[in-house]
Amino acid sequence: MMSIRVGGVCDPGSTRINKTGGWRTFRPVYDYDKCVKCKLCELLCPDMSVLEREDGYFQFDYDFCKGCGICANECPKGAISMVLEEK
Amino acid sequence: MNFLFKSGHRGCAGCCDAMVAKFTLMAAGENCIVVSPTGCLEVMTTPYPESAWGVPWIHSLFENAASVASGIEAALKAMGKDDTKVVAIGGDGGTIDIGMRAISGAFERGHDITYVCIDNEAYMNTGVQRSGATPYDASTTTSPAGAISFGNKRPKKDMPAIMAAHGAPYIATTSLGYPKDMIKKIKKAIDVEGPTYIHAHAPCTTGWGFDSSKTVEVAKLAVQTGLWPLYEMENGEITSVKKIGKQKKPVEDYLKMQRRFKHLFTKEGGDEELKKIQAIADENIVKFGLE
Repeated sequence: MMSIRVGGVCDPGSTRINKTGGWRTFRPVYDYDKCVKCKLCELLCPDMSVLEREDGYFQFDYDFCKGCGICANECPKGAISMVLEEK
Repeated sequence: MNFLFKSGHRGCAGCCDAMVAKFTLMAAGENCIVVSPTGCLEVMTTPYPESAWGVPWIHSLFENAASVASGIEAALKAMGKDDTKVVAIGGDGGTIDIGMRAISGAFERGHDITYVCIDNEAYMNTGVQRSGATPYDASTTTSPAGAISFGNKRPKKDMPAIMAAHGAPYIATTSLGYPKDMIKKIKKAIDVEGPTYIHAHAPCTTGWGFDSSKTVEVAKLAVQTGLWPLYEMENGEITSVKKIGKQKKPVEDYLKMQRRFKHLFTKEGGDEELKKIQAIADENIVKFGLE
């Protein structure tokens, strides 16, 4: 049985145990030749699933990306395409 | 960037609430306490025993987020912890309908809080029922378009004007289509002493009926048509306006992207209704000097 802490307190950021990547139908994929590192995708992602790499480019966190496609729709360089997930 | 708003929340793909919450925490930083009334934001960020918030967060009742925020602010003041900021953030239902009495009281008493209203123009959490923020002619489950109706018969409640009437030192409208504008205004609101109000327009993919990739595009169109003017008010006076100038688009561009307005393009008499909505945009353009 789940025990409830006093005040029903939960740990900050604890939703990260819930991997929402399984919701995805389309997977965003970068074309790094087109990316100009403008960071708009990182700013807009509602699921904080755009992670900065050491070289300044970005990669997707497929554990959490729900495949909404906002990044691909808004990318000013068309550097992100949405590809059907196959299982 | 390490965001204070965390992944794993249960918001829909393309969720507007998640974006506004993320931007709000980017503006507020980690030294804040957040209060949310009942609503999509609360339900999807805190399925017990989890929280998507990287800062202290508390759920109030549907109607009293502003009262809980007032109490926290008074307690922090009594403890001498003036650096910790108090932010209330909730939807249009919890703010301008059900939360109206509490927010009115908090602003009248002059608590040093910032209230962010995420306006997605209906009660999305319970199934898209109309709210006081639902725009003219939008079809919702309690204002359905049909044989004898074009949807919601009333225009949006002018909440920023109501908050201005309370003598709030800073009020701003913003939109998730313009994240930098939003972050700048929320930062300013938090820095201004006294009760400050941010009204954030936030298109809901599920309730409005558009593809999840279009959240930002739809938000921008609301601004570019003049239907959602972006402005700041300081001590009751409008001090800045985001001009739309050459970007100005006809309201059809915004409306045709959304299922809730589909009847305007398919039903007889829709043309007349579109003219009425264009008149609302044109009135805003004149009233706020958007051109």
